[in-house]
Order: sequence, then structure tokens, then C-alpha cells
Amino acid sequence: MTFTLKIWRQNGPHERGRFVTYEAYDVSPGMSFLEMLDGINQRLIGTGEEPVAFEQDCREGICGSCSLVINGIPHGPDQGITTCQLYMRRFSDGASITIEPWRANAFPILKDLVVDRSALDRIMQAGGYISVNTGGAVDGNVLLIGKDQAETAMDAASCIGCGACVAACKNASAMLFVAAKVSHLATLPQGRPERARRVSAMLKAMDQEGFGSCGNQYECEAVCPKGISARFIANLNREYLRAGIVESGCPSEPESPHAESA
Amino acid sequence: MMKLDAKIPSGPLESKWDRHRFSERLVSPNNKRKLTVIVVGTGLAGASAASTLGQLGYHVECFCFHDSPRRAHSIAAQGGINAAKNYQDDGDSVGRLFYDTIKGGDFRSREANVYRLAQVSTQIIDQCVALGIPFAREYGGQLANRSFGGVQVSRTFYCRGQTGQQLLLGAYSALCWQIERGQVTMHPRTELLDLILVDGHARGIVARDLVTGRISAHMANAVVLATGGYSNVYYLSTNASGCNVTATYRAWKHGAAFANPCFTQIHPTAIPPGDAHQAKLTLMSESLRNDGRLWVPKVPSDQRSPGDIPPIERDYFLERRYPRFGNLAPRDIASRAVKVVCDEGYGVGPGGQGVYLDFSDVIDQQGLEVVRERYGNLFDMYHRITGEDAYQVPMRIYPAPHYTMGGLWVDYNLMSTIPGLFVIGEANFADHGANRLGASSLMQGLADGYFILPYTIGHYLATATLPPIPDDHAEAREAIQRVTMRINRLLTVKGRRTAAMFHRELGTLLWNHCGMSRNEGGLASALRSIPKLREEFWHDVMVPGSGSAFNQELEYAGRVADYLEFAELLCHDALHRLESCGAHFREEYQTEDGEPRRDDAHFAYVAAWEYRDRAVPVLHKEPLTFEFVPPTRRSYQ
Ligand SMILES: Cc1cc2nc3c(=O)[nH]c(=O)nc-3n(C[C@H](O)[C@H](O)[C@H](O)COP(=O)(O)OP(=O)(O)OC[C@H]3O[C@@H](n4cnc5c(N)ncnc54)[C@H](O)[C@@H]3O)c2cc1C
Ligand code: SF4
Ligand code: FES
Repeated sequence: MTFTLKIWRQNGPHERGRFVTYEAYDVSPGMSFLEMLDGINQRLIGTGEEPVAFEQDCREGICGSCSLVINGIPHGPDQGITTCQLYMRRFSDGASITIEPWRANAFPILKDLVVDRSALDRIMQAGGYISVNTGGAVDGNVLLIGKDQAETAMDAASCIGCGACVAACKNASAMLFVAAKVSHLATLPQGRPERARRVSAMLKAMDQEGFGSCGNQYECEAVCPKGISARFIANLNREYLRAGIVESGCPSEPESPHAESA
Repeated sequence: MMKLDAKIPSGPLESKWDRHRFSERLVSPNNKRKLTVIVVGTGLAGASAASTLGQLGYHVECFCFHDSPRRAHSIAAQGGINAAKNYQDDGDSVGRLFYDTIKGGDFRSREANVYRLAQVSTQIIDQCVALGIPFAREYGGQLANRSFGGVQVSRTFYCRGQTGQQLLLGAYSALCWQIERGQVTMHPRTELLDLILVDGHARGIVARDLVTGRISAHMANAVVLATGGYSNVYYLSTNASGCNVTATYRAWKHGAAFANPCFTQIHPTAIPPGDAHQAKLTLMSESLRNDGRLWVPKVPSDQRSPGDIPPIERDYFLERRYPRFGNLAPRDIASRAVKVVCDEGYGVGPGGQGVYLDFSDVIDQQGLEVVRERYGNLFDMYHRITGEDAYQVPMRIYPAPHYTMGGLWVDYNLMSTIPGLFVIGEANFADHGANRLGASSLMQGLADGYFILPYTIGHYLATATLPPIPDDHAEAREAIQRVTMRINRLLTVKGRRTAAMFHRELGTLLWNHCGMSRNEGGLASALRSIPKLREEFWHDVMVPGSGSAFNQELEYAGRVADYLEFAELLCHDALHRLESCGAHFREEYQTEDGEPRRDDAHFAYVAAWEYRDRAVPVLHKEPLTFEFVPPTRRSYQ
């Protein structure tokens, strides 16, 4: 198979980027999308040119490193997978493919297709944890957690922190990411003592990092490789409301401050 | 002259660790504040260690080459984590987990370490629950278990197929808390390129900021390496592409002994290699062997499609050779059996590199839905990668390099032969002997990081004399100089071949001569070829771009350069060990029916290698004595 690739190239955070066209030849249908890019890069390096920078590590859909917008869609045309899980048999021979980085103010481009997603780490540092010391934990079976509850927590906990939700959102909001973490911990009894502080701190950090607010369009859910459901965003809003009540000691307006419109 | 002192406490096995902890000196809270510890790596081992040290009051400088600590390779572990909880009341105990691990490792690990690992395993689960890890639960709300890796009890805890990810996110969240508290300073996208020794003690590292290319020294009172395994030396493996030997190899060159490098685990069930562009091998969970049957056609190079081959013309080779364990034979045994049938020409698929893993019997007996429920996600993954529907045609699988039991030698305190250099997780030579059992690496990483290192490092810090040293100490300046020169050298070769080409060639060479089975001739020829390949690399590699900017190809070329040296050490170790044990199979040492022949009289020791400049590495032996489990032949027939 052969393809015409329009790839975003940009030398550094403060440089101007542009699309450069490359031809991919000798692509077999069984090659992964990233292996196809490896091929382009091997050719470029062979001629002393700088290869296209992109992120990858596990190449099996779990580490959250890979992050390409393919033909306008984060992680490409198929739902429920990451970029590294996309195979060339999905494309028709001779097709043109546009490849861009995640685009969001909170994710500055470092080089070509690589962006800086450390803002997500800082949101986690603001409160995405349970503060327990190592040692002295009670037996794991002392806390009984119903299967359904454990499954819901696991559904939320499957987020791999890739940031596709941000890249897909026209407001570049990180609501789905935050919702996943907040819901995971709020669903479990261990996470309850800190739930009010956690949700406020994480949402505050999200604002400070320059992520936008949720526009209730749910493009995030559509591109999430782990199928994190937008109902967790509703849950996040409830948690936030609840936190307001806990903190002020009185009921607050039943409206989510993080929803742009109803 | 290097001395190996394992510092194993005397006395009864059960109380060694408790007594040892009691006899260790502690650092007073006031003094902890003045001490800095460097932790390199944020996988299960590194993240758990860094967060616990931070919580204890030390100042921690933590490094990883990933963009976020959460992306360490531990994230990829699917199956689960073992612990001797005996929640199923099926006869499990600390003693049994200890015994299984010693026997599984083919009697090439230390009893005291393994016993401690089994003891600590139960605390790990409690700690992880407290951190909010969503382990699978029963309807009644209790923790669920499954059996894993051919043992007779059900002791594996899991989070769907994402156990590694959830455990890592737990350790990462603990790390986030300590970062927020200011106890840990995190340096993501920063790669360790050298170690700094002052007066014989590990006192710092040289690291490169992968975004700006800046090279700088970081000083501390002790250094912990938690940098994972080196399976990628084989080029194709189940590991993530960034996994490397750089940190441990460079520590080796400074005098840390490297133990049992040739103990490399080859996992039997990965998707076979496809074309030459392939970048990695994808693991298919071991659990598939609970229901799938492995077979090859009885006629070599049979071109018929599997469905057209009647049962009578199929060789269910594991069931034939190991009637007692059948398709559930341990990893090393199963992998070798696959290799044997493929080498004899019975393999299926491209290049004859593959065997069938067939689910048709279980589908007939229990129905498609049962199989779908059990393995649906794995079948989907297989379909995505190969384009084939394994409900209709059998899967094809082939062994792949997966885990490295070898690593830097450490004593009972997890300290290497360099004072102040501690090594934890897959990076040390650890507790798994010559073969690791499933679901026990996650256990070891967290045992080391949460529960063992934080104690033992305290004793070192309380007793060593460590005068303050400035960041621009002569040793630091010299180390920066070394690193800078090496980077410049890589950038100025400007040859015609890419680093990946060399890496692939090295990988093929090792796979052929130091892979699933080894022999003297092959190893000797590998030892002749590797230096030549390395020569070519330094004359003909092309690394574009600059050292003072984001440059992924430069990072990669540096790792390949280390693999090109390290591979020799691997082969030396394999050549010297004149026995077959665990994952190390020397063709000269087998029984008539092709089973490994271990030689306890001559090889019941840890092989710890010392670096010599431009010379053959020197072997030191740590004898292994078995006071509590008398070595027996590991038979699965
Ligand atoms: C596909 C797969 C499935 C597995 N499944 C299981 C399982 O079910 N159960 C089980 O017990 N085990 C399993 N294992 C094995 C287990 O996952 C690993 O052995 C274990 O996670 C290693 O953890 P670690 O903390 O030692 O290292 P890693 O998780 O590999 O972390 C290494 C860290 O070091 C950093 N690093 C490395 N080099 C440098 C450097 N030079 N400079 C700076 N930073 C550096 C990296 O950034 C990373 O943070 C599996 C392995 C694979 C490949
Ligand atoms: S919510 Fe989904 S898309 Fe967003 S970071 Fe998590 S896994 Fe990625
Ligand atoms: S490379 Fe890890 S998720 Fe794609």
C-alpha cells in the first residue's frame, strides 16, 4: 500500500509549525500506524534528516503515550483504541492522511507531534490521591466493597491519562479526565474522607492550568480509548456541588459552575 | 578486589527480617530532613520507594525518562499480583509462596530474600487497598483471586486485565501527594546517563533533560536505581520501547556487580513476529493456556488450513511431553517446547515461526459465550493486530523475550557492591532465580519499594560518613564531561545506518545464539560478532539533529550503544554456566528426552560479574545454600 501523509512539523514550542507532505511506500496492511511512521523516520534518518517526533512506548494501548490526531480525530477513525492500536488495513490504499499533535493551550507543542501534558500531572498532584502513609493499613478484607461498586470504580479508574478528551474538546476541557479520577476515588469508601477537598482542588488546578470548561458536547467520550463514560462528568458535577455544601455548611445553587451552559 | 557479602541475617528463616529490622540503626526525624535520596525510575518499584521515602521525611529527587511518572513500563502488566493471603482457604501460606518461588526459580535464588518477599506480600495488598486500588471483588464484597502461572493455589489479585496500571496509578498517586507536600521533586523527561561516585560512595547522577538537552549533575546522600529490565536487548520483546539497560549498565562500569545476566525469561504466548518493520511483540495473557490447546501439524510445513487438519494429524506437543501439566507447563518449559517443534519444521504461519493455540474444544464443550466472556478482550486484541478471528481459526503464538531475572547484584539490604547505590524492582537480580513465576514481579517491585528499601536505606544513611558535597564537585564535572563527549561522539559519526538497524541485527544475533537455547559454539560466535557490530556502529551510525534540543533518535542511539556492550556480558555469563537451569538452557546439558540438567554441585551460585576496562569481565560467586528447601529436580512430566 502507499499513502500520502501530511504531517505537522514544528521545531520547538516557540517556533512556527507547518504541514510537510511525505509519501509512505511499501506499507503492508498488517503494519501498525506507528510502524508506518517508523518507516518514514528510518528513511529520513538515513538521509541525515531529523525524524518526525512522536510519542509512544508500550504500543499496546495502555501507557497513554501515543497521541496523534489522525484526519482530525484524536487516536484516529476507530472508537475505543489508542493510536498505537490502529493498523494500516483500516485505510484504503492510496489515501491521504493528515497527522497532527493534540492541540490545546494547556498542552504546548514541544516538537512536531509531541506535546507537554504535564498539566495533567499537576491536576493529580492537587488532589488525585488518598493521603495514607505506607504501613499500618488494615487487612484488605476489612473493607467490604460490593462487586458493583468495585466495577464502577474500575470503569472510572481505567483512564490512561492520554489527553485525547482534551484534544477533542472545542474548549480543550479536561473534565472527562478529572471526572474519571474523582469518580474512581469517590466511589470507594477509602476515598470518601477527602472527597470534598479533592474535587475542589482538582477542579481549581484544572482552571489554573488553562483548560477550558465543559460545553456538554461529549466529543471527549467519543474519542476516549478506554470508553470513559460522560456520566462520570455528571458525577463530577454532583461531587462538586456536594463539596460546596460540605464546605459552606449550607446548600448552594443547584447549578454546575463548570458547565458553560445547561 | 570485589567482595560479595550478602549480609543475610542468621537464625530461623521466619524471624530473620524482623530481627534484622530491629537491629538496624534508624535516622532521627531531624536528620532525615537534611538527607537527600535520588530515586531513578517511577515504575512500581521506584514510585513506591520515592513516595515512602518522602513520607518518612527524606528529601527525594525522583527521575524518569517518561513524560509522566505514570507511564512507566509497569503499566503494561495485565495478569495480577501474588500474595499469600490465603483468602480462599485453599492451603496457601507464606511458606507455600516461598516454596513455589524457590522451586519456580529452579533453586537459583536466596532463601532469605524470597522468604521475606512472601512475608511482605500480604502487607502489599492491604496497602494497595488503602490507596484505593479497585481490585476485583466477589459479590459479598471480599477481594477476588484467580490462579495464575501453574501453581496449585489461587493467590493472584487483579484489576480486570489492567493490574499493573492500577497498581502503578496507586503508587503514582502516593507520589503525587509527596510532590504536593514538597517532599519529592519530580524530574520527568530526564534520563540518567552516568553515576557519580565520591570516595567510593554513590553520591549523585548525571542526567540529561530530554526537552532542552541540558546535562547536569544532581548530588545526594544515596542513589536508588529502579530502572526496570533489559529484555529489549533482543530488539523484539514484549517490553515497551523505552525499556533499557543504560542505568544499570553504567553503574556496572563504575563497579556494581551484575548478577546472572543470562537469566532472561522468554514468554511462550506472544503474537508471532510478522514483517521486518515490526517494532514489538504483543503478549497474549498466560491465562489463555487454561483453556487453549497448543498444537502443530504432524507433517512438516503442512500448508493446509488448520480446520482441514484432522485431530489425528495434529501433535498436541505439550500434552504429549508433559502429560501431568499439559498446556499449563511453566513458561520456560512451554517456550522451549514451542521452539523445538518450530526448529524441526512443524511451525505454522510466516517463516514457520508459530504454533496453534486452539480454543475449538472448549468452544464445543462450553459454548462460544463462555469463551467470549473469559477472553473476549484478548480475542479482540488478537483480531486487531492480526486481522484474524480466533473464534473461527486457532490463534498463532510464538515465544518472546519478556522479563529479565538478572540485574545488578544486591545484598539483603538491596544495596549493590557500590556503597550507597541501592537497586530495586526488575533492575536488581532479585528473588526470582533462573525463572520468574507469573504475577510475582509486581509483588517484588512493591515489596522492595514500599516495605524493604525504606528500612534498609535508613541504616546505611545512619551509619555511613557522608560529608556534604557541592554540585560542582570535581567528580561531578568529570562525569558531565564524559557524558557530553559521548553524546558528541554519537552525533558526529554521521554514517549511513540507523540505530534501529544495529539494534535489530544485535537482537537477531542474540535471539539465535543466546535466546531460548544456547550452546558453546553459538555463544562463542556471538562473542566474536558483537564487538564487530559495535565497531561498525561507532563508524557508521547516523544520528541527526543536535544534543541541545529534544532529540528522540539521540536518546535511542545512546541506549543501543549500551546494549551493544551489555550483550557481550550476557553471552559471557551464558557461556560460563555449564548447566541448564530455569530459563537458561544449554543444549549440552540435557537429558535424553530433552529435559534440562541442572548441576547443583558446580553451579549453585549467583554469578556476579565485575567490570574490567577493555578486558573480559571477572566472575565472582555467591554460593547459594538451601537450609530450608532441599533442592529437587523440577519435573513437570
Ligand atoms: C506485557 C507485560 C506484562 C506483564 N505482566 C505481569 C503480571 O501480570 N504480573 C507481574 O507480576 N509482572 C508482570 N510483568 C512484569 C512486570 O510488569 C515488570 O517486571 C515490572 O513492572 C517492572 O517494574 P519496575 O518498577 O522494576 O520497572 P519499570 O516499570 O520498567 O520502570 C522503570 C522506570 O525507570 C525509568 N528509567 C529507566 N531507565 C532510565 C534512565 N536511564 N533514566 C531515567 N529513568 C529511567 C523509566 O522511566 C520508568 O519510570 C509484565 C511485563 C510485561 C512486559
Ligand atoms: S478520559 Fe479517556 S481520553 Fe481522557 S485522558 Fe483518560 S483515557 Fe484519555
Ligand atoms: S504507545 Fe502506549 S498507549 Fe499507545
